[in-house]
Amino acid sequence: MYDFAYHKPTSIADAVKILAADPDAKPVSGGHTLLPALKHRLNQPSALVDLSGIAELRGIKREGDTIIIGAMTRHGEVATSDIIKSAIPALAHMASTIGDTQVRNRGTMGGSLANNDPAADYPAAAMALGAKFQTDRRTLAAEDFFQGMFTTALEPDELLIAIHFPVPKKAGYAKLKNPASRYSMCGVFVADGAAGIRVAVNGAGPGVFRQEAAEAALSANWSPEAVAGVKQDPDGLNSDIHGSAEYRAHLVTVMTKRAVLDAG
Amino acid sequence: MNLSITLTVNGRERMLALPDPRVTLLDLLRDRLDLTGTKKGCDRGHCGACTILVDGRRTNSCLALAISHDGADILTIEGVAHGDTLDPVQAAFIAHDGFQCGYCTPGQIMSAIGLIREGQAGTDPERVREGMSGNLCRCGAYAGITEAVLEAQRALDAAEQEQAA
Ligand SMILES: Cc1cc2nc3c(=O)[nH]c(=O)nc-3n(C[C@H](O)[C@H](O)[C@H](O)COP(=O)(O)OP(=O)(O)OC[C@H]3O[C@@H](n4cnc5c(N)ncnc54)[C@H](O)[C@@H]3O)c2cc1C
Ligand code: FES
Ligand code: FES
Repeated sequence: MYDFAYHKPTSIADAVKILAADPDAKPVSGGHTLLPALKHRLNQPSALVDLSGIAELRGIKREGDTIIIGAMTRHGEVATSDIIKSAIPALAHMASTIGDTQVRNRGTMGGSLANNDPAADYPAAAMALGAKFQTDRRTLAAEDFFQGMFTTALEPDELLIAIHFPVPKKAGYAKLKNPASRYSMCGVFVADGAAGIRVAVNGAGPGVFRQEAAEAALSANWSPEAVAGVKQDPDGLNSDIHGSAEYRAHLVTVMTKRAVLDAG
Repeated sequence: MNLSITLTVNGRERMLALPDPRVTLLDLLRDRLDLTGTKKGCDRGHCGACTILVDGRRTNSCLALAISHDGADILTIEGVAHGDTLDPVQAAFIAHDGFQCGYCTPGQIMSAIGLIREGQAGTDPERVREGMSGNLCRCGAYAGITEAVLEAQRALDAAEQEQAA
Protein backbone atom coordinates (compact mmCIF):
# COMPACT_ATOMS: atom_id res chain seq x y z
CA MET A 1 0.00 0.00 0.00
CA TYR A 2 1.13 3.53 -0.71
CA ASP A 3 0.80 5.90 2.22
CA PHE A 4 -2.43 7.85 2.71
CA ALA A 5 -3.91 10.27 5.19
CA TYR A 6 -6.85 9.05 7.25
CA HIS A 7 -10.07 10.78 8.22
CA LYS A 8 -12.99 9.44 10.21
CA PRO A 9 -15.78 12.01 10.00
CA THR A 10 -18.95 11.53 12.03
CA SER A 11 -21.38 13.24 9.65
CA ILE A 12 -22.20 13.00 5.94
CA ALA A 13 -21.61 16.75 5.58
CA ASP A 14 -18.08 16.48 6.99
CA ALA A 15 -17.26 13.49 4.80
CA VAL A 16 -18.41 15.32 1.66
CA LYS A 17 -16.43 18.41 2.69
CA ILE A 18 -13.21 16.38 3.00
CA LEU A 19 -13.82 14.64 -0.33
CA ALA A 20 -14.62 17.92 -2.09
CA ALA A 21 -11.42 19.56 -0.79
CA ASP A 22 -9.19 16.71 -1.99
CA PRO A 23 -9.91 15.21 -5.41
CA ASP A 24 -7.60 12.26 -4.70
CA ALA A 25 -9.31 11.25 -1.45
CA LYS A 26 -11.54 8.17 -1.50
CA PRO A 27 -14.27 6.89 0.80
CA VAL A 28 -13.81 3.49 2.44
CA SER A 29 -16.67 1.48 3.91
CA GLY A 30 -16.07 -2.25 4.45
CA GLY A 31 -12.67 -2.14 2.76
CA HIS A 32 -13.16 -5.60 1.25
CA THR A 33 -12.62 -4.35 -2.27
CA LEU A 34 -10.64 -1.17 -1.71
CA LEU A 35 -8.00 -2.56 0.69
CA PRO A 36 -7.03 -5.47 -1.61
CA ALA A 37 -6.77 -2.93 -4.46
CA LEU A 38 -4.51 -0.72 -2.33
CA LYS A 39 -2.37 -3.71 -1.36
CA HIS A 40 -1.92 -4.48 -5.07
CA ARG A 41 -0.99 -0.79 -5.53
CA LEU A 42 -3.71 -0.50 -8.16
CA ASN A 43 -4.89 2.69 -6.56
CA GLN A 44 -3.16 5.59 -4.84
CA PRO A 45 -5.62 7.75 -2.93
CA SER A 46 -4.10 10.68 -1.03
CA ALA A 47 -6.53 10.06 1.83
CA LEU A 48 -9.12 7.57 2.96
CA VAL A 49 -12.37 8.89 4.36
CA ASP A 50 -13.62 6.14 6.67
CA LEU A 51 -17.43 6.04 6.64
CA SER A 52 -17.73 3.68 9.61
CA GLY A 53 -18.13 6.54 12.10
CA ILE A 54 -21.22 8.01 10.40
CA ALA A 55 -24.31 6.70 12.16
CA GLU A 56 -26.65 8.26 9.55
CA LEU A 57 -25.32 5.83 6.94
CA ARG A 58 -26.41 2.71 8.81
CA GLY A 59 -29.63 0.89 9.27
CA ILE A 60 -32.65 -0.60 7.58
CA LYS A 61 -36.15 0.82 7.77
CA ARG A 62 -39.51 0.51 6.07
CA GLU A 63 -41.40 3.63 5.01
CA GLY A 64 -44.73 2.72 3.43
CA ASP A 65 -43.98 0.44 0.51
CA THR A 66 -40.27 1.22 0.42
CA ILE A 67 -37.35 -0.41 2.21
CA ILE A 68 -34.54 2.07 2.85
CA ILE A 69 -31.09 0.64 3.43
CA GLY A 70 -28.19 2.85 4.56
CA ALA A 71 -25.05 2.64 2.42
CA MET A 72 -22.92 1.40 5.37
CA THR A 73 -25.24 -1.50 6.12
CA ARG A 74 -23.24 -4.75 6.08
CA HIS A 75 -24.23 -7.71 3.89
CA GLY A 76 -24.72 -9.81 7.04
CA GLU A 77 -27.23 -7.29 8.39
CA VAL A 78 -29.17 -7.38 5.11
CA ALA A 79 -29.17 -11.19 5.14
CA THR A 80 -30.57 -11.41 8.67
CA SER A 81 -32.84 -8.35 8.84
CA ASP A 82 -36.42 -9.25 9.78
CA ILE A 83 -37.69 -6.20 7.88
CA ILE A 84 -36.01 -7.34 4.65
CA LYS A 85 -36.79 -11.02 5.18
CA SER A 86 -40.49 -10.24 5.39
CA ALA A 87 -40.70 -7.53 2.68
CA ILE A 88 -38.13 -8.69 0.08
CA PRO A 89 -36.95 -12.19 1.06
CA ALA A 90 -35.08 -12.54 -2.25
CA LEU A 91 -32.85 -9.60 -1.28
CA ALA A 92 -32.02 -11.15 2.10
CA HIS A 93 -31.33 -14.44 0.34
CA MET A 94 -29.07 -12.67 -2.16
CA ALA A 95 -27.08 -11.04 0.66
CA SER A 96 -26.61 -14.44 2.31
CA THR A 97 -24.86 -15.74 -0.84
CA ILE A 98 -22.20 -13.00 -0.93
CA GLY A 99 -18.73 -14.37 -0.22
CA ASP A 100 -18.56 -15.92 3.24
CA THR A 101 -19.44 -14.86 6.78
CA GLN A 102 -16.21 -12.89 7.25
CA VAL A 103 -16.87 -10.96 4.02
CA ARG A 104 -20.53 -10.37 4.95
CA ASN A 105 -19.51 -9.04 8.38
CA ARG A 106 -17.47 -6.24 6.77
CA GLY A 107 -18.68 -5.62 3.21
CA THR A 108 -21.42 -3.03 2.77
CA MET A 109 -24.26 -2.50 0.32
CA GLY A 110 -23.05 1.00 -0.55
CA GLY A 111 -19.49 -0.19 -1.15
CA SER A 112 -20.67 -2.97 -3.42
CA LEU A 113 -23.00 -0.75 -5.46
CA ALA A 114 -20.47 2.11 -5.72
CA ASN A 115 -17.88 -0.40 -6.92
CA ASN A 116 -20.24 -1.95 -9.52
CA ASP A 117 -18.18 -5.08 -10.06
CA PRO A 118 -19.75 -7.00 -12.98
CA ALA A 119 -19.72 -10.15 -10.80
CA ALA A 120 -21.27 -8.47 -7.74
CA ASP A 121 -24.73 -9.53 -6.59
CA TYR A 122 -26.61 -6.38 -5.52
CA PRO A 123 -26.72 -4.53 -8.87
CA ALA A 124 -29.18 -7.12 -10.23
CA ALA A 125 -31.56 -6.64 -7.28
CA ALA A 126 -31.35 -2.85 -7.57
CA MET A 127 -32.04 -2.97 -11.32
CA ALA A 128 -34.89 -5.50 -11.17
CA LEU A 129 -36.63 -3.84 -8.24
CA GLY A 130 -36.26 -0.34 -9.70
CA ALA A 131 -34.27 0.91 -6.70
CA LYS A 132 -33.49 4.60 -6.21
CA PHE A 133 -30.02 5.72 -5.21
CA GLN A 134 -29.95 8.57 -2.74
CA THR A 135 -26.65 10.47 -2.71
CA ASP A 136 -25.62 13.56 -0.77
CA ARG A 137 -26.89 15.75 -3.64
CA ARG A 138 -29.46 13.88 -5.76
CA THR A 139 -31.50 10.76 -6.31
CA LEU A 140 -30.72 8.47 -9.23
CA ALA A 141 -32.67 5.64 -10.86
CA ALA A 142 -30.83 2.31 -11.12
CA GLU A 143 -30.67 2.66 -14.95
CA ASP A 144 -28.82 5.95 -14.58
CA PHE A 145 -26.64 4.89 -11.65
CA PHE A 146 -24.94 1.88 -13.28
CA GLN A 147 -22.70 2.87 -16.18
CA GLY A 148 -20.89 -0.33 -17.08
CA MET A 149 -17.94 -2.20 -15.67
CA PHE A 150 -16.76 -0.70 -12.35
CA THR A 151 -18.39 2.60 -13.33
CA THR A 152 -21.30 4.51 -11.80
CA ALA A 153 -22.78 7.98 -12.11
CA LEU A 154 -21.21 8.98 -8.75
CA GLU A 155 -18.88 11.99 -8.89
CA PRO A 156 -15.51 11.44 -7.16
CA ASP A 157 -16.64 13.51 -4.18
CA GLU A 158 -20.21 12.19 -4.12
CA LEU A 159 -21.38 9.84 -1.39
CA LEU A 160 -24.01 7.17 -1.72
CA ILE A 161 -26.24 7.62 1.32
CA ALA A 162 -29.03 5.05 1.03
CA ILE A 163 -30.76 2.77 -1.42
CA HIS A 164 -34.57 2.79 -1.65
CA PHE A 165 -36.14 -0.52 -2.71
CA PRO A 166 -39.85 -0.53 -3.58
CA VAL A 167 -41.43 -3.64 -2.01
CA PRO A 168 -42.37 -5.97 -4.90
CA LYS A 169 -45.36 -8.31 -5.17
CA LYS A 170 -42.83 -11.08 -5.60
CA ALA A 171 -39.17 -11.50 -6.40
CA GLY A 172 -36.62 -14.29 -6.70
CA TYR A 173 -32.88 -14.74 -7.13
CA ALA A 174 -30.68 -17.53 -8.41
CA LYS A 175 -26.97 -17.51 -9.16
CA LEU A 176 -24.25 -19.87 -10.14
CA LYS A 177 -21.46 -19.07 -7.71
CA ASN A 178 -17.81 -19.18 -8.48
CA PRO A 179 -16.96 -22.05 -6.12
CA ALA A 180 -13.93 -20.26 -4.63
CA SER A 181 -14.98 -16.64 -4.19
CA ARG A 182 -18.78 -17.04 -4.42
CA TYR A 183 -18.86 -14.11 -6.84
CA SER A 184 -21.53 -14.49 -9.49
CA MET A 185 -20.72 -16.41 -12.68
CA CYS A 186 -24.25 -15.55 -13.68
CA GLY A 187 -27.05 -14.45 -11.40
CA VAL A 188 -30.60 -13.49 -12.25
CA PHE A 189 -33.01 -11.44 -10.14
CA VAL A 190 -36.67 -11.47 -11.23
CA ALA A 191 -39.26 -9.12 -9.79
CA ASP A 192 -42.88 -8.26 -10.22
CA GLY A 193 -43.09 -4.85 -8.62
CA ALA A 194 -43.52 -1.11 -8.91
CA ALA A 195 -41.30 -1.02 -12.02
CA GLY A 196 -43.29 -3.80 -13.69
CA ILE A 197 -41.91 -7.24 -14.40
CA ARG A 198 -38.15 -7.08 -14.58
CA VAL A 199 -35.35 -9.55 -15.09
CA ALA A 200 -31.82 -8.34 -14.31
CA VAL A 201 -28.62 -10.29 -14.89
CA ASN A 202 -25.28 -9.98 -13.08
CA GLY A 203 -22.00 -11.84 -13.59
CA ALA A 204 -22.61 -12.66 -17.24
CA GLY A 205 -21.87 -9.33 -18.90
CA PRO A 206 -19.55 -6.35 -18.38
CA GLY A 207 -22.23 -4.87 -16.12
CA VAL A 208 -25.74 -5.57 -14.91
CA PHE A 209 -28.31 -5.71 -17.72
CA ARG A 210 -32.02 -6.37 -18.20
CA GLN A 211 -33.14 -9.42 -20.15
CA GLU A 212 -36.05 -7.99 -22.07
CA ALA A 213 -37.14 -11.18 -23.83
CA ALA A 214 -37.51 -12.88 -20.45
CA GLU A 215 -39.42 -9.86 -19.12
CA ALA A 216 -41.88 -10.10 -22.03
CA ALA A 217 -42.28 -13.85 -21.54
CA LEU A 218 -42.95 -13.47 -17.81
CA SER A 219 -45.38 -10.61 -18.41
CA ALA A 220 -47.45 -12.98 -20.57
CA ASN A 221 -47.07 -15.98 -18.26
CA TRP A 222 -45.25 -15.94 -14.90
CA SER A 223 -43.77 -19.43 -14.84
CA PRO A 224 -40.38 -21.15 -15.26
CA GLU A 225 -41.66 -22.79 -18.48
CA ALA A 226 -42.38 -19.40 -20.00
CA VAL A 227 -38.68 -18.42 -19.92
CA ALA A 228 -37.27 -21.84 -20.84
CA GLY A 229 -37.12 -20.86 -24.51
CA VAL A 230 -35.44 -17.49 -23.96
CA LYS A 231 -32.10 -17.39 -25.78
CA GLN A 232 -29.48 -14.94 -24.57
CA ASP A 233 -27.09 -13.71 -27.27
CA PRO A 234 -23.52 -14.53 -26.10
CA ASP A 235 -22.09 -11.60 -28.06
CA GLY A 236 -20.50 -9.17 -25.61
CA LEU A 237 -20.78 -11.45 -22.57
CA ASN A 238 -17.78 -12.21 -20.34
CA SER A 239 -15.42 -14.96 -21.36
CA ASP A 240 -12.67 -15.96 -18.93
CA ILE A 241 -11.04 -18.93 -17.20
CA HIS A 242 -14.28 -19.53 -15.30
CA GLY A 243 -16.52 -19.87 -18.33
CA SER A 244 -17.06 -18.91 -21.96
CA ALA A 245 -19.58 -16.34 -23.20
CA GLU A 246 -21.69 -19.18 -24.66
CA TYR A 247 -21.75 -20.96 -21.29
CA ARG A 248 -22.81 -17.77 -19.53
CA ALA A 249 -25.51 -17.14 -22.16
CA HIS A 250 -26.88 -20.61 -21.42
CA LEU A 251 -26.75 -19.87 -17.68
CA VAL A 252 -28.91 -16.77 -18.19
CA THR A 253 -31.84 -18.99 -19.21
CA VAL A 254 -31.19 -21.57 -16.49
CA MET A 255 -30.83 -18.98 -13.73
CA THR A 256 -33.93 -17.11 -14.90
CA LYS A 257 -35.98 -20.30 -14.60
CA ARG A 258 -34.59 -20.94 -11.12
CA ALA A 259 -35.19 -17.36 -10.05
CA VAL A 260 -38.85 -17.61 -11.09
CA LEU A 261 -39.12 -20.84 -9.09
CA ASP A 262 -37.51 -19.08 -6.12
CA ALA A 263 -40.02 -16.24 -6.39
CA GLY A 264 -42.92 -18.68 -6.39
CA MET B 1 -2.86 13.21 12.59
CA ASN B 2 -3.65 11.42 15.84
CA LEU B 3 -3.02 7.74 15.28
CA SER B 4 -3.68 6.46 18.79
CA ILE B 5 -6.27 3.80 19.48
CA THR B 6 -7.45 1.77 22.42
CA LEU B 7 -8.29 -1.89 21.93
CA THR B 8 -9.36 -4.61 24.29
CA VAL B 9 -7.37 -7.65 23.19
CA ASN B 10 -8.21 -10.96 24.85
CA GLY B 11 -9.69 -9.11 27.79
CA ARG B 12 -6.79 -6.72 28.29
CA GLU B 13 -7.00 -3.05 27.42
CA ARG B 14 -4.20 -1.78 25.22
CA MET B 15 -3.34 1.80 24.30
CA LEU B 16 -1.52 1.84 21.01
CA ALA B 17 0.12 4.57 18.94
CA LEU B 18 0.18 3.52 15.29
CA PRO B 19 3.15 4.51 13.14
CA ASP B 20 0.94 4.82 10.07
CA PRO B 21 -2.75 4.47 9.10
CA ARG B 22 -1.94 1.52 6.83
CA VAL B 23 -1.44 -0.93 9.72
CA THR B 24 -4.04 -3.70 9.62
CA LEU B 25 -5.33 -5.44 12.73
CA LEU B 26 -3.44 -8.51 11.54
CA ASP B 27 -0.08 -6.74 11.36
CA LEU B 28 -0.76 -4.98 14.64
CA LEU B 29 -1.47 -8.26 16.43
CA ARG B 30 1.51 -10.07 14.97
CA ASP B 31 4.18 -7.37 14.81
CA ARG B 32 3.30 -5.09 17.71
CA LEU B 33 1.59 -7.33 20.23
CA ASP B 34 3.55 -10.51 19.47
CA LEU B 35 0.28 -12.40 19.11
CA THR B 36 1.50 -14.51 16.21
CA GLY B 37 -1.19 -17.18 16.53
CA THR B 38 -3.27 -15.30 13.98
CA LYS B 39 -1.83 -16.18 10.58
CA LYS B 40 -1.32 -14.30 7.34
CA GLY B 41 -2.22 -16.45 4.35
CA CYS B 42 -3.36 -14.45 1.35
CA ASP B 43 -3.53 -10.97 2.94
CA ARG B 44 -6.48 -10.31 0.56
CA GLY B 45 -9.62 -11.58 2.31
CA HIS B 46 -9.77 -14.94 0.57
CA CYS B 47 -8.39 -17.60 2.90
CA GLY B 48 -9.59 -16.81 6.43
CA ALA B 49 -6.25 -17.69 8.11
CA CYS B 50 -6.37 -14.27 9.78
CA THR B 51 -9.87 -14.69 11.25
CA ILE B 52 -10.40 -13.07 14.66
CA LEU B 53 -13.54 -11.99 16.48
CA VAL B 54 -14.11 -8.22 16.47
CA ASP B 55 -16.92 -7.24 18.83
CA GLY B 56 -17.99 -10.89 18.59
CA ARG B 57 -18.09 -11.00 14.79
CA ARG B 58 -15.83 -13.12 12.60
CA THR B 59 -13.50 -10.78 10.76
CA ASN B 60 -10.65 -11.06 8.28
CA SER B 61 -8.05 -9.07 10.22
CA CYS B 62 -5.95 -8.61 7.06
CA LEU B 63 -8.65 -6.33 5.60
CA ALA B 64 -9.39 -4.35 8.76
CA LEU B 65 -7.44 -1.15 9.32
CA ALA B 66 -6.43 -0.89 12.96
CA ILE B 67 -7.03 2.86 13.00
CA SER B 68 -10.67 2.23 12.10
CA HIS B 69 -11.19 0.01 15.17
CA ASP B 70 -10.67 2.36 18.10
CA GLY B 71 -12.58 0.94 21.08
CA ALA B 72 -13.07 -2.54 19.58
CA ASP B 73 -13.10 -5.74 21.59
CA ILE B 74 -10.86 -8.36 20.00
CA LEU B 75 -10.57 -12.06 20.63
CA THR B 76 -7.70 -14.02 19.07
CA ILE B 77 -6.68 -17.66 19.31
CA GLU B 78 -4.40 -16.79 22.25
CA GLY B 79 -7.44 -15.75 24.28
CA VAL B 80 -9.78 -18.72 23.88
CA ALA B 81 -8.37 -21.27 26.35
CA HIS B 82 -8.95 -20.84 30.08
CA GLY B 83 -5.50 -21.40 31.55
CA ASP B 84 -4.64 -25.01 30.76
CA THR B 85 -8.22 -25.89 29.91
CA LEU B 86 -8.78 -25.84 26.18
CA ASP B 87 -11.86 -24.32 24.63
CA PRO B 88 -14.24 -27.13 23.54
CA VAL B 89 -13.57 -26.19 19.91
CA GLN B 90 -9.81 -26.54 20.40
CA ALA B 91 -10.28 -29.91 22.10
CA ALA B 92 -12.55 -31.11 19.29
CA PHE B 93 -10.00 -30.10 16.62
CA ILE B 94 -7.41 -32.26 18.39
CA ALA B 95 -9.80 -35.18 18.89
CA HIS B 96 -10.88 -35.17 15.23
CA ASP B 97 -7.55 -34.35 13.55
CA GLY B 98 -8.97 -31.09 12.26
CA PHE B 99 -5.58 -30.08 10.85
CA GLN B 100 -2.36 -31.26 9.29
CA CYS B 101 0.28 -28.52 9.03
CA GLY B 102 -1.77 -26.31 11.35
CA TYR B 103 -1.33 -23.06 9.46
CA CYS B 104 -5.03 -22.45 8.86
CA THR B 105 -6.03 -23.81 12.27
CA PRO B 106 -6.16 -20.65 14.41
CA GLY B 107 -8.40 -19.06 11.77
CA GLN B 108 -10.52 -22.23 11.54
CA ILE B 109 -10.96 -22.35 15.32
CA MET B 110 -11.88 -18.66 15.60
CA SER B 111 -14.31 -19.08 12.73
CA ALA B 112 -15.84 -22.17 14.37
CA ILE B 113 -16.20 -20.32 17.67
CA GLY B 114 -17.93 -17.51 15.79
CA LEU B 115 -20.20 -19.92 13.93
CA ILE B 116 -21.27 -21.64 17.15
CA ARG B 117 -21.88 -18.32 18.91
CA GLU B 118 -24.02 -17.18 15.98
CA GLY B 119 -26.15 -20.25 16.66
CA GLN B 120 -25.53 -21.40 13.09
CA ALA B 121 -23.50 -24.60 13.56
CA GLY B 122 -26.36 -27.03 14.22
CA THR B 123 -26.05 -30.73 13.43
CA ASP B 124 -26.03 -30.71 9.63
CA PRO B 125 -22.52 -31.19 8.15
CA GLU B 126 -23.50 -29.32 4.97
CA ARG B 127 -24.52 -26.32 7.02
CA VAL B 128 -21.23 -26.40 8.90
CA ARG B 129 -19.30 -26.59 5.63
CA GLU B 130 -21.19 -23.57 4.29
CA GLY B 131 -20.72 -21.70 7.59
CA MET B 132 -16.97 -22.40 7.49
CA SER B 133 -16.58 -21.60 3.79
CA GLY B 134 -14.53 -18.47 4.52
CA ASN B 135 -11.69 -20.62 5.84
CA LEU B 136 -9.57 -22.50 3.36
CA CYS B 137 -7.24 -25.38 4.23
CA ARG B 138 -4.41 -26.16 1.83
CA CYS B 139 -3.91 -29.52 3.56
CA GLY B 140 -7.51 -30.44 2.90
CA ALA B 141 -8.35 -31.33 6.49
CA TYR B 142 -11.97 -30.39 5.83
CA ALA B 143 -13.47 -33.73 6.90
CA GLY B 144 -11.84 -33.48 10.33
CA ILE B 145 -12.68 -29.78 10.62
CA THR B 146 -16.37 -30.42 9.95
CA GLU B 147 -16.41 -33.30 12.45
CA ALA B 148 -14.67 -31.11 15.04
CA VAL B 149 -17.20 -28.30 14.69
CA LEU B 150 -20.13 -30.72 14.98
CA GLU B 151 -18.50 -32.38 18.00
CA ALA B 152 -17.84 -29.03 19.71
CA GLN B 153 -21.46 -28.02 19.18
CA ARG B 154 -22.62 -31.36 20.66
CA ALA B 155 -20.28 -30.96 23.64
CA LEU B 156 -21.57 -27.43 24.30
CA ASP B 157 -25.20 -28.58 23.99
CA ALA B 158 -24.54 -31.44 26.42
CA ALA B 159 -22.84 -29.14 28.91
CA GLU B 160 -25.76 -26.75 28.69
CA GLN B 161 -28.28 -29.53 29.28
CA GLU B 162 -26.28 -30.75 32.27
CA GLN B 163 -26.32 -27.24 33.72
CA ALA B 164 -30.04 -26.93 33.17
CA ALA B 165 -30.69 -30.31 34.82
C1 LIG C 1 -13.22 -13.18 -0.58
C2 LIG C 1 -14.26 -12.23 -1.10
C3 LIG C 1 -15.41 -12.73 -1.67
C4 LIG C 1 -16.40 -11.87 -2.17
N1 LIG C 1 -17.52 -12.41 -2.73
C5 LIG C 1 -18.50 -11.58 -3.21
C6 LIG C 1 -19.69 -12.10 -3.78
O1 LIG C 1 -19.92 -13.30 -3.84
N2 LIG C 1 -20.61 -11.21 -4.25
C7 LIG C 1 -20.42 -9.85 -4.16
O2 LIG C 1 -21.31 -9.11 -4.60
N3 LIG C 1 -19.30 -9.34 -3.61
C8 LIG C 1 -18.35 -10.16 -3.14
N4 LIG C 1 -17.21 -9.63 -2.56
C9 LIG C 1 -17.07 -8.17 -2.49
C10 LIG C 1 -17.64 -7.63 -1.21
O3 LIG C 1 -19.04 -7.72 -1.25
C11 LIG C 1 -17.21 -6.20 -1.00
O4 LIG C 1 -17.42 -5.95 0.32
C12 LIG C 1 -17.91 -5.14 -1.81
O5 LIG C 1 -17.79 -5.29 -3.18
C13 LIG C 1 -17.38 -3.74 -1.52
O6 LIG C 1 -17.94 -3.31 -0.36
P1 LIG C 1 -17.07 -2.65 0.79
O7 LIG C 1 -18.04 -2.13 1.78
O8 LIG C 1 -16.07 -3.61 1.25
O9 LIG C 1 -16.44 -1.42 0.00
P2 LIG C 1 -14.98 -0.76 0.02
O10 LIG C 1 -13.96 -1.75 -0.37
O11 LIG C 1 -14.77 -0.02 1.27
O12 LIG C 1 -15.20 0.29 -1.16
C14 LIG C 1 -15.42 -0.12 -2.51
C15 LIG C 1 -15.48 1.12 -3.41
O13 LIG C 1 -16.68 1.86 -3.17
C16 LIG C 1 -16.39 3.19 -2.75
N5 LIG C 1 -17.40 3.50 -1.72
C17 LIG C 1 -17.64 2.79 -0.59
N6 LIG C 1 -18.70 3.30 0.06
C18 LIG C 1 -19.15 4.35 -0.66
C19 LIG C 1 -20.23 5.30 -0.50
N7 LIG C 1 -21.08 5.22 0.55
N8 LIG C 1 -20.39 6.25 -1.43
C20 LIG C 1 -19.54 6.32 -2.50
N9 LIG C 1 -18.52 5.47 -2.71
C21 LIG C 1 -18.32 4.48 -1.80
C22 LIG C 1 -14.96 3.16 -2.26
O14 LIG C 1 -14.33 4.40 -2.42
C23 LIG C 1 -14.35 2.10 -3.17
O15 LIG C 1 -14.00 2.67 -4.41
C24 LIG C 1 -16.22 -10.46 -2.06
C25 LIG C 1 -15.06 -9.95 -1.47
C26 LIG C 1 -14.08 -10.82 -0.98
C27 LIG C 1 -12.85 -10.25 -0.33
S1 FES D 1 -4.86 -13.59 5.32
FE1 FES D 1 -6.74 -12.60 5.69
S2 FES D 1 -8.10 -13.75 4.50
FE2 FES D 1 -6.20 -14.61 3.92
S1 FES E 1 -3.92 -27.74 8.21
FE1 FES E 1 -2.51 -27.08 6.70
S2 FES E 1 -3.61 -25.49 5.77
FE2 FES E 1 -5.11 -26.35 7.02
